[in-house]
Amino acid sequence: MILFLMAAIQAGTPLLLATLGEIITERTGNLNLGVEGMMLIGAVFGFLVGHSTEMPFLAIAAGAASGAVAAGIYAFVTVTLRANQVVTGLALTIFGTGVSGFIGKYLMGFVLSEGFIDQFEPIAIPLLSKIPLIGPVLFNQNYFVYLAYLLAIASWFYIERTRFGLNLRMVGENPAAADASGINVSLYKYVHIMIGGALCGLGGAYLSLVYVPAWQENLTAGRGWIAIALVIFSQWNTLYALFGSYLFGMLGILGFRLQQFNIPYAQYIFSAMPYVITITVLIITSMQKGKGSNEPEGLSVPYFREDRH
Amino acid sequence: MFKITKQRELPIVKVVLIKLAAIACGLMLLGVALAFLGHNPIKVYSELVLGALGSSYRLVETINVMIPLTITALGVLIAFKMKFWNIGAEGQIAMGAIAGSYLALFHSNLPKPILLVGMVLLAMLAGGVWALIPAFFKVRYNSNETLFTLMMNYLAIQLIVFLQFSAWKDPKSFGFAKIAQFNESAIFPKLFGVHIGWVAMLFLVFAIYMLINHTKLGYEICVVGTSKNTAKYAGMDVKGTILKTLFLSGAIAGLVGVFQASAINGTLSVQVSGGYGFTAIIIAWLSGMSTLVVPFTAFFFAILTQGANYIQTVFQIPQALAEVMQAVILIFALGSEFFVTYRIEWQSKGGPTT
Repeated sequence: MILFLMAAIQAGTPLLLATLGEIITERTGNLNLGVEGMMLIGAVFGFLVGHSTEMPFLAIAAGAASGAVAAGIYAFVTVTLRANQVVTGLALTIFGTGVSGFIGKYLMGFVLSEGFIDQFEPIAIPLLSKIPLIGPVLFNQNYFVYLAYLLAIASWFYIERTRFGLNLRMVGENPAAADASGINVSLYKYVHIMIGGALCGLGGAYLSLVYVPAWQENLTAGRGWIAIALVIFSQWNTLYALFGSYLFGMLGILGFRLQQFNIPYAQYIFSAMPYVITITVLIITSMQKGKGSNEPEGLSVPYFREDRH
Repeated sequence: MFKITKQRELPIVKVVLIKLAAIACGLMLLGVALAFLGHNPIKVYSELVLGALGSSYRLVETINVMIPLTITALGVLIAFKMKFWNIGAEGQIAMGAIAGSYLALFHSNLPKPILLVGMVLLAMLAGGVWALIPAFFKVRYNSNETLFTLMMNYLAIQLIVFLQFSAWKDPKSFGFAKIAQFNESAIFPKLFGVHIGWVAMLFLVFAIYMLINHTKLGYEICVVGTSKNTAKYAGMDVKGTILKTLFLSGAIAGLVGVFQASAINGTLSVQVSGGYGFTAIIIAWLSGMSTLVVPFTAFFFAILTQGANYIQTVFQIPQALAEVMQAVILIFALGSEFFVTYRIEWQSKGGPTT
C-alpha cells in the first residue's frame, strides 16, 4: 500500500510540474497548448546534458532552460507578433515532438550511469518521514518530488498573496485595465510564459532523468495533455493542482496494477478516467459560471493595445 | 520610437508574397541547421522533393497523405470560420474509424456497395455526434470548446486502445494486440491507382467552397464568426448554426477515419488518426481559412512528410525532421501574419509624425 502510494506520488510529479507551469502561463491570459512539446524538449535536453556531463544539477537546469526557450518562441509569436495562441501552441507541440525525436534518434539505447541515478535516491526527511502512513509516502522521496511540493506552495503564495501575483492576475483577467494602471502587460506575459515553460521542461527532465530513466521515443506519452486537463481540474489553483496531480498519477498506475488481479477492463477505464473527470469538471464549472470560477477572463483572447475602444 | 498601426487591406498578391517570404526564411533557417549537422541543405531539399514526387509509387504515397489532410482541414475550417475552436478532429477521425470498422468487422457479409456506403454513413454520423457533444455544451452553458474538444480526442483514442487490446482483439493474432484485417469487401476500391478518397476530397473542396460562399448556412457561419450579436440581431438562429456546423465538421473528420482504417491500414488501430487532426488545423490556418488554398497547403505538407521519410534512408537524417520542418515553417508563417495585419511606423524623437 505504502509502496503503491509512493509510486503514485512519483507518477504525479511530472504532471504537477507541468501543470504548475501551465497554470502560471494561463494566468497571464495565454493558453499554451505546447505543454507536450516543451516537456519533450526539456526531457531530451535534460537527458543529453545529464548523459554527457554526469552532473544532475546541470541536467535539470538544461531541462528547465530549454523549456523556457521553447516557451520564449511561443511568447514572441503570440505576444509580440500577436499570432493565434491555439495554433501557435499546437505548432510548439509539433516542434517539440520533432526536435526530441530528431535528437533522440542519436540517444537511443543510451543509459545514465549508476552514479548519476544514485543521486536521485529517496532522501527521508527527519521527523516528518516518521509520521505513520503519510510520512513514508510523502517525505521519503527524491528531491525532485520535494522541489515540486515547494514550487506548488510557492507559486500559490506568489499568485494569490504578492503584488506581482495581483498584477499577473489582472493581466490575465483584464489586460486593458492592467495596461491603463501602468502594468507592463507584455513583460508580465513574457516572464510568466517562460517560467511556465521552464516548469514544463523540468517535468520532462524528471521523466527522462529520474522516472524512466533512459531515452525512449515519445517519452511523455501524452502527459502534457493530461497537464492541460489538470489545469481545468484544479481550477487554475496551484494547491488544488498538488492534490489533482497525485490523484491523476494514481489513476495512471492503478489500472496497471489492477491488471494483475484480472479485473476485466479496469485498465482501460482508469486510463480514460482523467479525461472523463476533466470533461465533467469543465461542464460543471461552465454550468455555474460567474460563481467564483478561476478561469482567467482573458484566456486565449489576444490583447492589442491599439485595438482598445 | 515606433508605433504599430493597423494595416490597410493589402492586395492579395502582397499577402501571398509575405507568406512565401516567411516560408523561405523558415527553410533557410532549417538549411543552416542542416549545414551545421554536416549535410548539404540544397541536396537534402532536392532529394526531399524527389522522394515525394520522384516516381509514380512515391507520388501515390504522397497523395495518400494529402487526402486525409485536405479533408480534415476542410472540416476544421468551417468550424474555425465560426470562431469555434474545434481542435477535436483527431478524436472525430478516431470515432469515424471505429464506427466504420464496426460494420467492416461484423457485417462483412453485406454486398460490397451497401457495406461501403454504410461504413461511410456510420463513420460520418459517429464523427458528427462526437463533435456535437462539445458544441451542445458550448451553446447551452458556454463551456470552453477548445479544452472540451481537446479532451474528447483522448477519450476517443482510449476507446480504440480498449478495442484493439481487448474487445476486438484478433484471437488468431498469436498474442499480438491487433484487430483482424478487414474482409476484402470492406476495402475501398482504387481509381487510377489511388483509393477512392481522392474523389471525395475533390468533391468536398468544391462542396465546402459552395457552402461557404453560396448558401444561407455558409453566410450564417461567416456572420456568427464575425459577431454573434450581429447574427442575433439579424434574427439568425445562432445556436442552431453552431450545432449544424459542428455536426458537419465532425462528420467530415469521421469520413477521414473510415478511409484511413479501410483503404490505408486495412484495419482499425491506435495510429489511425496519426496526428492528422492536429496537422489539419495548421493547414486550415496556413491557408488563410480559404477553401481553395487548402489542397495546395495539404499537398505541400504531404511532400514534407513523405520526403522526410525518404531522406531518412538516403542521408540517415531522422524522420522527425519532417515535424521540425512543418513546425518551423508554421511558426514563421504565423509570425508573418503580423506584417499582413499591422504596419510599423518609425517616428523621430521629437514627437509624433504622420
